[in-house]
Amino acid sequence: MTGKKQNDMETKKLTRVDYIFRPDNTCLDTLKKSLRRDRDEIILELIDSGLKGRGGAGFLTGLKWKLAKEAAGDVKYVICNADEGEPGTFKDREILDRVPRRVFTGMALCGYVIGSKEGFLYLRAEYKFLAPKLMSIMAEMNQEFKKLGLDFTLNIRYGSGAYVCGEETALIDSMEGRRGEPRNKPPFPVTEGYLNKPTVVNNVETFVNCTIIMGIGAEEYKRFGTDSSRGFKLFSVSGDCSKEGIYELELGMLLSDFVEEFGDGDTKAVQVGGASGFCVPRKKFNQTIIGFEGIPTGGSMKIFNSSRSMYHVLHNYLEFFEEESCGQCTPCRVGCQQLLKGIEAVKSKQRSSSYLDELVKLAKVMKVASKCGLGQSVGNAFVSIVDNFREEIIY
Amino acid sequence: MANTEMLVKELADKYGRNRESLLPILQELIDERRYVNDETMINVARELDLSAAEVYGTASFYSFIETEEVGKYVIRLCKTIVCDMKGKENVLQAIENTLKIKVGQTTADKKFTLKTTNCLGWCHKGPAMLINDEVYTELTPGKAIDIIESYINK
Ligand SMILES: Cc1cc2nc3c(=O)[nH]c(=O)nc-3n(C[C@H](O)[C@H](O)[C@H](O)COP(=O)(O)O)c2cc1C
Ligand code: SF4
Ligand code: FES
Repeated sequence: MTGKKQNDMETKKLTRVDYIFRPDNTCLDTLKKSLRRDRDEIILELIDSGLKGRGGAGFLTGLKWKLAKEAAGDVKYVICNADEGEPGTFKDREILDRVPRRVFTGMALCGYVIGSKEGFLYLRAEYKFLAPKLMSIMAEMNQEFKKLGLDFTLNIRYGSGAYVCGEETALIDSMEGRRGEPRNKPPFPVTEGYLNKPTVVNNVETFVNCTIIMGIGAEEYKRFGTDSSRGFKLFSVSGDCSKEGIYELELGMLLSDFVEEFGDGDTKAVQVGGASGFCVPRKKFNQTIIGFEGIPTGGSMKIFNSSRSMYHVLHNYLEFFEEESCGQCTPCRVGCQQLLKGIEAVKSKQRSSSYLDELVKLAKVMKVASKCGLGQSVGNAFVSIVDNFREEIIY
Repeated sequence: MANTEMLVKELADKYGRNRESLLPILQELIDERRYVNDETMINVARELDLSAAEVYGTASFYSFIETEEVGKYVIRLCKTIVCDMKGKENVLQAIENTLKIKVGQTTADKKFTLKTTNCLGWCHKGPAMLINDEVYTELTPGKAIDIIESYINK
């Protein structure tokens, strides 16, 4: 069961680290050093580091790069996913604002390793205010790449207000000038991505971690985190919280330690991983590990205290999903509408409380029958909130 | 409007005439004109050799690509959970009262359109809103009214 701590599972104390936001002016030296290394050796080091994607799905980054490197074709692409739309997540914005060179260095590294000459930053429209600065740094970096003899050019593309475009195949559709409708996988982007060419899509923070690993080495990096969740990660902390903001923490901590540090003393529940993540009630804080062995998160941590109605929270999430569903497949399109109508009907007593069990079944069907991660994860929040706060949904 | 045709041509020269150029062209049209009407979309379709339905189908998918007339300033107030918890409803009412419009409407002078949107990535500083590309955070009803008034006077 997700979120349960196994007895023998390794955990870490809540520990602040400081790698991601260090000044990014030494990144080019890291790149220069790496360009002298063998490509396969870099891949092996990334795999050895245990780094998993920071966008949510948690695929082993080194393996992704390896697959793209081995994919047939002369033209390949690198895409940095800066669509950051998961409610409660705001760390990629901060990275791009404060240490963009660390991101672009990671993209260039990827270009070198997989043999790609072109990289794109896909920036959500909501972050367009960052564009002038990012473009001027890109231009500067493109010159530097040339000087280093690296044939790689960075470009920027924009989203236009669609959460689903953060899903990698929808993102690619969007870059190709289409509706952002997720595709069936396989084929995966590493073999057929942008313009049907092998493409690596990684999250902003993932590229940053690649640059860091190249700088400090996998050995040092592996000192952080647990077997299943190596390294450190940024957490976007918001809600009923004593100090909202962005924190860089070692992976593998217990949710109870997190709540002690960030809660307001009256924490009733934490939504881990955004609207598509899981709601953990107080009684499970000390059995829940934040990481791939427990509840993984792209960084969104929303804290609710006892003044909050979990019905209201769930209602807000369902409205979000109903609006953001691309509508392409029936389980998700109709499912989101029915879940929303369903809890309204239970609340207003038009339906009996046992109807909630029907809705939970529907949410579970959506998990297996939906085409992409959006529809598949609506049930995460739905089931975890209904299971743990049933009375609040009914009364 | 002949100058729409010219603008579309210019943008196609700038971004290219491939399918991948469609979104960058529509996005810059939005920057220039705030919305793309049927005529503009037909122009884009002609220029990129696509069907008008393809262009409309793509444009209408994206919430930031307006296909109906909007005001010079599009206000997008975040309505997702954290901003909601922090008082977005009162901010919304203050804006509605100041502009005398409801969500989804445009003022008679075509200066403002009021919309709500999903998480803007500023939850720790919510409530948050965008006015065109500009971000405003830690809103209170009073602060929101001041901001709107500064735009009224622009
Ligand atoms: C609905 C949906 C939205 C997503 N949004 C994002 C996003 O905003 N940023 C992101 O990096 N990944 C997002 N993802 C995950 C991507 O599909 C993809 O797994 C990720 O970009 C891969 O990069 P990583 O391995 O570095 O995490 C989303 C997935 C889904 C299903
Ligand atoms: S699950 Fe939802 S968002 Fe994903 S493809 Fe189906 S309808 Fe679209
Ligand atoms: S919930 Fe409003 S900015 Fe995130």
